[in-house]
Amino acid sequence: MTKNQESGMTKMKPWISLGGIGVLAVLLLAVAPLVLSDHWLNNLGKYSCWAIAAVGIGLAWGRGGMLVMGQGVFFALGAYSMAMHLTLETAGDRVPGFMVLYDPLAPLPMFWEPFRSTGFTLLAIVLLPVVVAGALGYALFKRRVKGAYFAILTQALAVALATLISSTIRETGGDTGLSDFKYFFGFVLNDPANRLMVYLIAAGLLIVCLLAVWQFYRSRFGELLVATRDAEERVRFLGYDPANVKLVAFVVSALMASIGGAMFVPIVGIITPAEIGAAASILMIAGVALGGRASLFGPALGAMAVGWGQSSLGSTWPDGWPYVLGLLFIVVILFLPYGLSSLPARFAALRRRPPKEQPAPAPAPAELEEVHS
Amino acid sequence: MAPLLNGSAQGALLLLAALGLSLTFGQMGVINMAHGEFLMIGAFSAYLVQQVISASDLSIPVALPVAFVVAGLFGLVLEVTIIRWMYRRPLDTLLVTVGVGLILQQAALQIFPSQGVPVEKPSWLDGQLTVLGYGWPLRQVFTILLASVCVAVLSAWLKYTSFGRRIRATVHNRDLAETAGISTRTVDRLTFFVGSGLAGVAGVAASLIGGTNSQMGAQYIIPAFLVVAAGGIGQLKGTIIAAWAVGVALAFFAYWTTGSLAQVLAFILVIVFLQLRPQGLFTVRTRSLV
Amino acid sequence: MTGASLVVTDLRVEFSGFVAVGGVSFDAHPGEVRFLIGPNGAGKTTCIDAITGLTKATGSARHGDQELLGRPVHKIVRLGVGRTFQTASVFDELTVLQNLDIAAGRHRSSFSLLRARRGVDPSIEHALEETGLTGELTTPAGILSHGQKQWLEIAMLLVQDAKVLLLDEPVAGMSQDERTATGELLQRIAAKRIVLVVEHDMDFMRRFATRVTVLHQGQVLSQGTVAEVQADPKVQEVYLGTAGAATTAAMAVVLEKEG
Ligand SMILES: Nc1ncnc2c1ncn2[C@@H]1O[C@H](COP(=O)(O)OP(=O)(O)O)[C@@H](O)[C@H]1O
Ligand SMILES: [Mg+2]
Repeated sequence: MTKNQESGMTKMKPWISLGGIGVLAVLLLAVAPLVLSDHWLNNLGKYSCWAIAAVGIGLAWGRGGMLVMGQGVFFALGAYSMAMHLTLETAGDRVPGFMVLYDPLAPLPMFWEPFRSTGFTLLAIVLLPVVVAGALGYALFKRRVKGAYFAILTQALAVALATLISSTIRETGGDTGLSDFKYFFGFVLNDPANRLMVYLIAAGLLIVCLLAVWQFYRSRFGELLVATRDAEERVRFLGYDPANVKLVAFVVSALMASIGGAMFVPIVGIITPAEIGAAASILMIAGVALGGRASLFGPALGAMAVGWGQSSLGSTWPDGWPYVLGLLFIVVILFLPYGLSSLPARFAALRRRPPKEQPAPAPAPAELEEVHS
Repeated sequence: MAPLLNGSAQGALLLLAALGLSLTFGQMGVINMAHGEFLMIGAFSAYLVQQVISASDLSIPVALPVAFVVAGLFGLVLEVTIIRWMYRRPLDTLLVTVGVGLILQQAALQIFPSQGVPVEKPSWLDGQLTVLGYGWPLRQVFTILLASVCVAVLSAWLKYTSFGRRIRATVHNRDLAETAGISTRTVDRLTFFVGSGLAGVAGVAASLIGGTNSQMGAQYIIPAFLVVAAGGIGQLKGTIIAAWAVGVALAFFAYWTTGSLAQVLAFILVIVFLQLRPQGLFTVRTRSLV
Repeated sequence: MTGASLVVTDLRVEFSGFVAVGGVSFDAHPGEVRFLIGPNGAGKTTCIDAITGLTKATGSARHGDQELLGRPVHKIVRLGVGRTFQTASVFDELTVLQNLDIAAGRHRSSFSLLRARRGVDPSIEHALEETGLTGELTTPAGILSHGQKQWLEIAMLLVQDAKVLLLDEPVAGMSQDERTATGELLQRIAAKRIVLVVEHDMDFMRRFATRVTVLHQGQVLSQGTVAEVQADPKVQEVYLGTAGAATTAAMAVVLEKEG
């Protein structure tokens, strides 16, 4: 490729990928509701929620180099905020059923009370992940905790939160989780028209998140983030504090996970600790790895594929699915670290020059250019 | 008193689980997330040994070396087939070994009864040791002794054998060690064998204290890693102190609150600790910028 | 602030007992190409590390009325003190333009970071011309030649609008022509800035230095113009005269350091 060609393409490419988002929007928002049955539309909605979280992981991990292994935490913040609101909406003036199961006179726990308010709930879905991720990220990044340490600490947080929820049956529903929601901000959830609306909101939010990272990636911040990922110390000598750069990406990814979690609740109808713990957090990573951590569409599409695998293979072939998932990690990370979306570039590279003796584990492709493909 | 003694035993178990992790992570920069599953393999080895030698008094002493070798071999295979290709990508190694862990877990689930298997405790671990009026179960004392022996043997091995010296030389400077005629490949493999084998030993100890099932490894990996992190890379001394501290802290938190809240509190403790003492926890490289 | 000088007083760096820099003082003013020379292991890089906040140090390093020591790296950079590295460190995966754009970023508001780049900043264009990289605008920095990477680093300092440029062995590995071009570039940019060059190429030093400080084992051995320094018998003894021995000894130190 000559330089001129390349520079021409850098100008063109953002608009091509913007077109891609447009195509995806048409498929998700217009085509899918027409051709899919209610059941599959609902499933697609569920996958979209995971995809929203995955888009955030792509930003933090693919672009920022922070392996976020505990996104379940932020997924949970959104999901449980929403679920508490919907539970209260369903219960009306009474105390939710599971709380009075053991003690008919049990009062509503204090922290539930504000979730009666629609405004507070929506605010919590946005602000809780921002505050938690902000505090955690600040504490860790300023102290230059990174790499495996960061990854395992985030995962530890997910494990801790899941354990905490499991063990507080009366306050959070414990392992059985929160379920049986009848209303969604006043709309009857049983009504197919309303379910379509919920789906459209989730799919729409996915498109919004994709647009957000599209802008992030083409912005100067996106370049700075990649620079920070590749040479954190060098960035310092340009007058930036890399901790702040990473913090922004981490907080945004947490926010996206929270949004995904919040929409997961009305679509799936139940939230349990199993959906937010270590295994769930790892599942979110799996999709991103498969699709291509640093690309624009890879994380979302990969998450949808893994989500589909989890809910179809996971139930029809429960004994085999863990092997598939395990092999996916091994094969993809070992041979295709930049996921399926790096295949075209690799093929192109193969065709351009004869294969080498020993193909080294894929070098990181120039992602800034690659996203837009 | 009870939480202190309980916690010390818990710390010893954590130490056993963390020793191997600290060896492979500290010395090779590789996080092996399947380490917990190697621990599980050790526990199942103890069970299988018991199927052959039904006298539990004898089977446990036999199971210890068996578990070491079996888990060590699993580790060796992992190193030779996968990890050797990935030394330049530590974070990716972490994810690949997550996949390996998933597969091992599922295999264990299918091979063994899903509710787990019983490992008979030997009769010589039945009694109690009375410490200041508190009956300290011998099982716990045994865990502490086992951990002490493992630490002593490991540090002597690293210090006095030529192999241990070669390991330390490789850690210090891989390229220089290579030019000095050390086969770093062999060193890597052996380190992985020993590190994974230690997980197997930890598994035997764990099988005597808790249940033996396919999920057990997942319980240990994160606390073990937190111990390695808090103790500082490649430092046996730090790992020992951290394991004991985390064990005792967990026991006290669990004593005051509930077991699950204790986990959350322990996690917060580690974060706070990272704020106070990040120096020992990662290498601040003043010269190179990479 | 253009007139402000860099004044280093009694700079001292210890690495767990080993004194790498033991009380070094020197100053540098805008308009001169200031050289810091000395055999390998003399403590030149460590001086720059200390001034830029990478290594803890005692003493003082002031730019104008600002004390630099004790501040975090990025704050020192924001005070207008920039540096390059002995081994060129640019962002290999980013293009020359992207590298420069990031370097120019510290003057931008956080909000404008969220927008895509439109066109090329005038300051970047100017830096490209100055360093002769105009033709490489869209080249990934990773495939630049060694010399070009060094120039890119200097260009990054220019767009950063650094008032103090600390350059660690900028001409190492360059051809003779490239050295001349670099020297002339340094003379041009020194007109309005403080330029401090660490080098051990004596020939390059002779051609372009205005004033020189010679370091030896963490101490200032001699200070003055090129002629003065070259005439100093101490310098001739430990550095110029016995260059062969010094180099061998220095090599041993380096091997040990990297070992
Ligand atoms: N991080 C460090 N830890 C220990 N010693 C160091 C460190 N950095 C530099 N040194 C020592 O300080 C001395 C000066 O090194 P340096 O400043 O790189 O010399 P120069 O740049 O003049 O060749 C050398 O002896 C080197 O070994
Ligand atoms: Mg140097």
